[in-house]
Amino acid sequence: MTERVVIVGGGTAGSVLANSLADEVAAEIDAGDVEVVLINDSEEHVYKPTWLYVPFGEKTPEDAKRPLNDLIDGRVELMIDRVSAVDTDAETVSFDGGRDDLAYDHLVLAMGAQVTPEKTPGLVEGGHHFYGPEATAALREALAEFTEGHLVMSVIGVPHMCPVAPLEFPLMADTWLRERGLREDVEITYTYPINRAHGIESVAEWVGPLMEARDITVETFFNPERVDPDDTVVHTVEGRELSYDLLVSIPPHDGSDVVRDAGLGDDGWVDVDPATLEATAAENVYALGDIADLPTSKAGSAAHYAATSLADRLSSVVRGERPTAEYDGKTVCFIESGEDEATYIAFDYEEEPTPKPPSTLIHWSKLGYNQSYWLTARGVL
Amino acid sequence: MSDTQLEADVTVNAVGSSCPGPMMDLIGKAKDVDPGTVIRLQSSNEGTEPDVAEWAEESGNELLEVLDRGDHWELYVQIND
Repeated sequence: MTERVVIVGGGTAGSVLANSLADEVAAEIDAGDVEVVLINDSEEHVYKPTWLYVPFGEKTPEDAKRPLNDLIDGRVELMIDRVSAVDTDAETVSFDGGRDDLAYDHLVLAMGAQVTPEKTPGLVEGGHHFYGPEATAALREALAEFTEGHLVMSVIGVPHMCPVAPLEFPLMADTWLRERGLREDVEITYTYPINRAHGIESVAEWVGPLMEARDITVETFFNPERVDPDDTVVHTVEGRELSYDLLVSIPPHDGSDVVRDAGLGDDGWVDVDPATLEATAAENVYALGDIADLPTSKAGSAAHYAATSLADRLSSVVRGERPTAEYDGKTVCFIESGEDEATYIAFDYEEEPTPKPPSTLIHWSKLGYNQSYWLTARGVL
Repeated sequence: MSDTQLEADVTVNAVGSSCPGPMMDLIGKAKDVDPGTVIRLQSSNEGTEPDVAEWAEESGNELLEVLDRGDHWELYVQIND
């Protein structure tokens, strides 16, 4: 009998898993013992970190996309459709488009995170963000027209995709504005919800002095509850008000109603064992990448490393062997710090990161990795 | 194990979440509830209590009580106007 592995989501997590698994169990697939199905709601794979560079004219939204068909191993069955429901008792997934339900032996949920700016009143009308092709293109236009006033980068949603993006944007904007001779006419403020500049303590300690040196004001304990787009004011839960001329936010994020409806996680993120990535509420269900409720950041590297661990586990499972591979929370994030420099952090469930001094070499390494990412998606790198 | 006379209107279970998850869950709930609501925040992260105490003072809300439940803490926070 054929063991069917169904992967929902063709982002970094789903693609790396599909390709790694197809490679590991190639012989079993060829023999008809194992089937790997990757379901995605679009024919394109999107590398989301590209969007950060669009407002500064360094990339275009098109640069973030490649056809999934070109990236996915030929042994994987690619299905373009949107999963509307998961039944963990019947072990099936259902589709929006009327396609017959698909049975699974092993299900991996990797649908990523969604941004929900509409959850903060006034934010859609009053603010910009860079989490999406249209949004980041609109921000590019707004930034191009922005010559003076108050630029506010406000972190509203935690957790969010890419833990360091909210630090990178104001640091890159600072350099971008300096290069255009506009910096003296622009005030930059960065806001964060808790009592320091970042959730990871060592990153907060590193970035605080850097922000100060770049003349970026840091406001902490700042939790916007609504935006007044007419008066261009952000109002917070703490009763504070902040006027802006250009508001860029990290919007609230959400998981998936499919997860909630399936009873796999009340908040839309899948509750999982952090090491095995197995869902806590159902057998033979796993979650990877941003949709998994893991005690690490929602980062592409976390998705990548977790996917390779899960490929090892699943290849053991489908062969009837005892799985031993575990994910240790490994995450690596480059951090663009402006002035054509960058640093990086590496951490796992146990170890806090220590940011290194930024350098031009690391900046170019990040730009280089953005190209070689396509090898990661193929499961090569 | 201690007990309390307080009754929470809402419970936020953030046991297992790493910092700043529990406090963010609390703040997220605080945005949705009416003034006077008492939220019971459950957290297994030892940094939650000082962070929530500081946030409550900053935001004009009140940390009423903290109970040690062995494998987690319960923080009772009243959301004010």
